Amino acid sequence: MLGKGIIKGMAETARNFLGSYVSAERLTTVQYPEQRIPQIEKARQFPFLVFDGDDPMKGLRCVACQICEKECPPKCIYIVKSKDKRVDYKGQMQLYPATFDIDLSVCMSCQICVEVCPFESIKMDTAYELSTTDRFGGLMVNKHQLAKSNEHYRHIHPTDAAASDAALAVEVAKAQAKAKADIEAKAKAAAEAKAKAAVITPVAPKPVAAT
Amino acid sequence: MTESLDQIFVTLKHWLLSGFENLLKWLEVAPPDWLMPLVSMVLSLAPILMVFPALFAITTVLERKGLGRIQNRYGPNRVGPFGFLQFAADGIKAIIKEDLVPRAADKIFHFIAPVILVITAFTVYAVLPFGRNMVAVDLDAGLLFFFAVGAASELAVFMAGWSSRNKYALLGAMRAVAQMVSYEIPLILSSVAVVMITGTLSLTKIVEAQSTHAGLLPDWFVFTPWGFMGFALFMIAANAELNRSPFDLPEGESEIIAGYFIEYSGFKFALFFLSEYLSMFALSGLGITLFLGGWNAPFAVLDFIPSWAWFFAKLLALIFLFIWTRGTLPRLRQDQLMNLAWKFMIPMVLVNLVAAALWHFTGPGWMRWLSSGALVVGAYMLLGKPQFESKDIGKRTYRFAD
Repeated sequence: MLGKGIIKGMAETARNFLGSYVSAERLTTVQYPEQRIPQIEKARQFPFLVFDGDDPMKGLRCVACQICEKECPPKCIYIVKSKDKRVDYKGQMQLYPATFDIDLSVCMSCQICVEVCPFESIKMDTAYELSTTDRFGGLMVNKHQLAKSNEHYRHIHPTDAAASDAALAVEVAKAQAKAKADIEAKAKAAAEAKAKAAVITPVAPKPVAAT
Repeated sequence: MTESLDQIFVTLKHWLLSGFENLLKWLEVAPPDWLMPLVSMVLSLAPILMVFPALFAITTVLERKGLGRIQNRYGPNRVGPFGFLQFAADGIKAIIKEDLVPRAADKIFHFIAPVILVITAFTVYAVLPFGRNMVAVDLDAGLLFFFAVGAASELAVFMAGWSSRNKYALLGAMRAVAQMVSYEIPLILSSVAVVMITGTLSLTKIVEAQSTHAGLLPDWFVFTPWGFMGFALFMIAANAELNRSPFDLPEGESEIIAGYFIEYSGFKFALFFLSEYLSMFALSGLGITLFLGGWNAPFAVLDFIPSWAWFFAKLLALIFLFIWTRGTLPRLRQDQLMNLAWKFMIPMVLVNLVAAALWHFTGPGWMRWLSSGALVVGAYMLLGKPQFESKDIGKRTYRFAD
């Protein structure tokens, strides 16, 4: 009969209406500033820059390659490369960001910057209370505010941080192996050169012994 | 005591009026002819202009809390005790917001549309009887006046949509006009049944016709077969007239954002909101007057409660019904909306007129219950079956592109 569904629906909503006063389990919402629910591990809000060691500015992993700046869909990242170079975690000479700004009002938390970064240097943070009273300066986050330690990353995203650390360890091992190989090769080359020189030496006219 | 409490507002008005007259006499000022009627008018209208906006403020909070509870949420609970001062926060916000007018908009009509809407919403209260002897203007053709003025709100809605020069506003306005014109017919025809029975267009006389008690039930028209059907159709049509869910197509948030008042902000937006709720109270008041016995108590024993209290109790009950439906039913599609109006409501309302005539001419007795009731129920079953019965369309098959 026409209207049966409406009556059923009205009964259902009436049950909800009255039930919400009777049983507290029905109320699924959280009274936010007082109550908070723990975030899931994959939660993400806004990127941060990872640094190693104690000094945030010295330990930044970022090498100012600008891949994230180019990939960012809403173009909220602004990077200026440094003029000089410094030693990175692998022991190589690298540039570092003189300026690294992210516009909080433009960022859409897509995580593409994190995915494209080859240096494990930009990651997503879980902090979500990012409002500010200054809508111009307060929403432009610079590298000093963005820099957060690797310990922080390990704390908020343990699984991802472990993977990231492992990847870095592999990189470091590779770099070290390469360095070692280089040294060996150099040594070998030097030895060969020496041997060659030694082979050639008898043919050459004998220098004055005193010299 | 009961009598004086019932008439307290009427007495107050007379007291103020005579006080003003005595004051003029004491000052030895001869009042011009037009002064005393004007003062009397102001004294009648001022309560309407105060009580119903106040009711609007309370209703917005209650509606949000009620909808929250229906969805198993708390609803507003921050401002004031239990969030009941939320309306003050909303009002302050609306007033201090910037009033934006689109550059391409027709400035004059963009400005006067909300004004006209609010004026029409307030004007219809003039003829509603809120209690015994409590009616601002006792017109002989009160019902006609109500519908004539109420129909002007369609004009204001279209004015708002057209003058905004916005595609969503125009779409919303066109939907609104199509909907309001379609549902005006069942709204008016369902009230015509009452006019047929009582033989008057005066709303006070219609209330008086329902003031007797026959047996257990009071003589309210809702307790007759045609009156019950008429009341149901009236409420559905009123819901559509008010653009409230499930008939909120003109302002469907998910499709056309806010419909005809998309380009309004700040205080003008608040005026739209106000007029929407004022119309809701007015149409509920008309429904009460026509079908629910107006300000009459349901039982003779309860007559000691003042008549205006009964009116407002019934008004609050109907407001709750509106909120309840809003929290329950999803929005209709445009074709479903038109089908419901033209294929179900209008035939039903015409049958209802015949049922009312049968009721009147069969005379007292069980025969009129039988004949009128059978007609109404039969028509309901017959009209409801073909269109609204869920058809078995079989298992859904998918054909994918190769």
